[in-house]
Amino acid sequence: MKSLRIPRSPKVVLGLGIVGFFILLTIVGPYLAPDNPNNTSFAPNLGPSGAHWFGTTSLGQDIFSQTLVGARATMVVALVAGLIATILSVSVGVAAGYLGGFTDDGLSLLSNVFLAIPGVPLLIVIDSYLPTGSRSNALVIGVIISLTGWAWGARVLRAQTMSLRNRDFVEASRIIGESRARIMFSEVAPNLLPVLASSLLFTILYSIGAYVTLAYIGLTSTSVWNWGTMLFWAQSNNAPLANEWYWFVPPGVCIAMVGTGLALLNFGIDEFINPRLREAGMTSRLRRRRGLPRRPRLGLTPVVRASSPRPARTFVKTGSGAR
Amino acid sequence: MTVIARRLGVYLVTAWVAITVNFLLPHFMPGNPIQTLIGKLQDNVTPAEIRSIQLSFGGTLNHGLLSQYLTYWGQLFHGNMGISITLSAPVSTILGSAIPWTVGLIGLSTILSFFLGTFLGALLGWTRGSRLDSLIPTATFFQAVPYFFLGTVMLLIFGSQLHWFPELGAYSISVTPGWHWNFIASLIRYGELPVISIVLSSVAGWMLGMRNMMITMVAEDFVLMSVAMGLPRRKVVWAAARNAVLPSIANLSLAIGLVVSGALLVELVFNYPGVGDLLLNAVLNEDYPLIQGIFLVITLTVLAANLIADLAYFALDPRTRTAAVL
Repeated sequence: MKSLRIPRSPKVVLGLGIVGFFILLTIVGPYLAPDNPNNTSFAPNLGPSGAHWFGTTSLGQDIFSQTLVGARATMVVALVAGLIATILSVSVGVAAGYLGGFTDDGLSLLSNVFLAIPGVPLLIVIDSYLPTGSRSNALVIGVIISLTGWAWGARVLRAQTMSLRNRDFVEASRIIGESRARIMFSEVAPNLLPVLASSLLFTILYSIGAYVTLAYIGLTSTSVWNWGTMLFWAQSNNAPLANEWYWFVPPGVCIAMVGTGLALLNFGIDEFINPRLREAGMTSRLRRRRGLPRRPRLGLTPVVRASSPRPARTFVKTGSGAR
Repeated sequence: MTVIARRLGVYLVTAWVAITVNFLLPHFMPGNPIQTLIGKLQDNVTPAEIRSIQLSFGGTLNHGLLSQYLTYWGQLFHGNMGISITLSAPVSTILGSAIPWTVGLIGLSTILSFFLGTFLGALLGWTRGSRLDSLIPTATFFQAVPYFFLGTVMLLIFGSQLHWFPELGAYSISVTPGWHWNFIASLIRYGELPVISIVLSSVAGWMLGMRNMMITMVAEDFVLMSVAMGLPRRKVVWAAARNAVLPSIANLSLAIGLVVSGALLVELVFNYPGVGDLLLNAVLNEDYPLIQGIFLVITLTVLAANLIADLAYFALDPRTRTAAVL
């Protein structure tokens, strides 16, 4: 797996840092919270202060505690939904791409249908029919979100599998008589990993958005604190018009930060897949260190070496970089 | 032609799936929502209205599922989507008055954001490695912000703090709606902030996609060739951009659903009288006929938009006319 080195661009480092921080918060957040998020014993509508870092709601709840506690529900649902959706998209996408024929036609139609139905409205309809008890269940919500979020990954994975199936090195292993399973797992699968990782990140990103949206319009249980519920309460108490920015800015910024972190990681994967993007994504300092011209030159894709003295490591060209 | 027929086929199947899901959901959800709903209604609405709501779910529950399904289709063809419980008016009428607002607001913002994003993306792709690249992290951040959150922040800063824009609604309550200048001016004035928030949230996606395609395109032989031939820079960029924009347009039909889903919520923030605002109230009041009608209308509209985007793609890319690319 040596060839799977992700270029250490500042974007990737920053992305890893942000995502890592929030994963840590998911684990320890509820223990760090200074107060019970439901505790209404404080003075209402306090601005940020030493006692209440993010102020209090109009019910007198501590917003900092709500943000910390809410991290867990938000992230857990997003991760559950992202994982289930990725399993779905791998099964459908790889099967469609590898088997071809009628299976491909059927599965492609299925994913195209799910791509075309707008996901969030469908989620809202399904969720509105859920009994109130299930709305607080992370697994139930995660499964529903994943149902609307798997199709994109399936489509990308199918295209990648199809293009890999006919590559010379796969053809060669077939000719020397390697078993189907071995071809699948040792030849095709490693080359799918970057696409898979990118689709996982994208799905988690989508799931956070979908979950927060559901919570924001009041379709998840309001007894479970997540960043969407916080925004729901802020909106229904007219916080934006009352200038209570400290109420809705913390959850919103957290959502945006997690999203940015995931998107930055995705950038890294894109640059790994597509050497032209890798070169364009470098800062001028990195460029100088690698001995590349300061400005990228027209029509040329220079080989970016892991470190200059050693011979270039050949990356397997995949995705949009290969034609 | 066959490619277009195939896409059309996919959309027809999608429409059928959406309608069928819409029919099946209330029948199979735990706790029998239809029974509960009708039980709740008994003393609130007239028997005729109860009858209409039942019909919109496929008639009385004593019939078999298939017969209910057929009744449901029959009602849909007559434009009967039942009666809203909270608003006591036919769902189709309510939707009819909300849709123009949403199509106007979201349609306009999507078109604006697509063109702006594509232009900026082409610029970023061409001048890659320059200072302009610092726009990328900012754009990524805006891409990750939920639409409604950005809308809320904009409302707070530019509406209730700076008073640069009016705060809520689609037009000033002091003007009467109609085709006269006062109303149109007020419409534009009240639409500015929602449009700006939707464009800001969605522009980054188009921009980053276009930048990546442009970078790939600039390394193509034909670009090098046209530079070597001494074509003016303007023409070279145009040629590269024209080719780079194709995947963006191919993705347009996929992205519309996502953009619409996000933008609907902006209506909640600004109390814009469109479908999104309606949806929130329907959800809060458990107004199932209305929720289902809204879902159906959004889905069918998005499918129609997808079809238009696909047709644009076929018109622009001659290759699709011969081979089944999609």
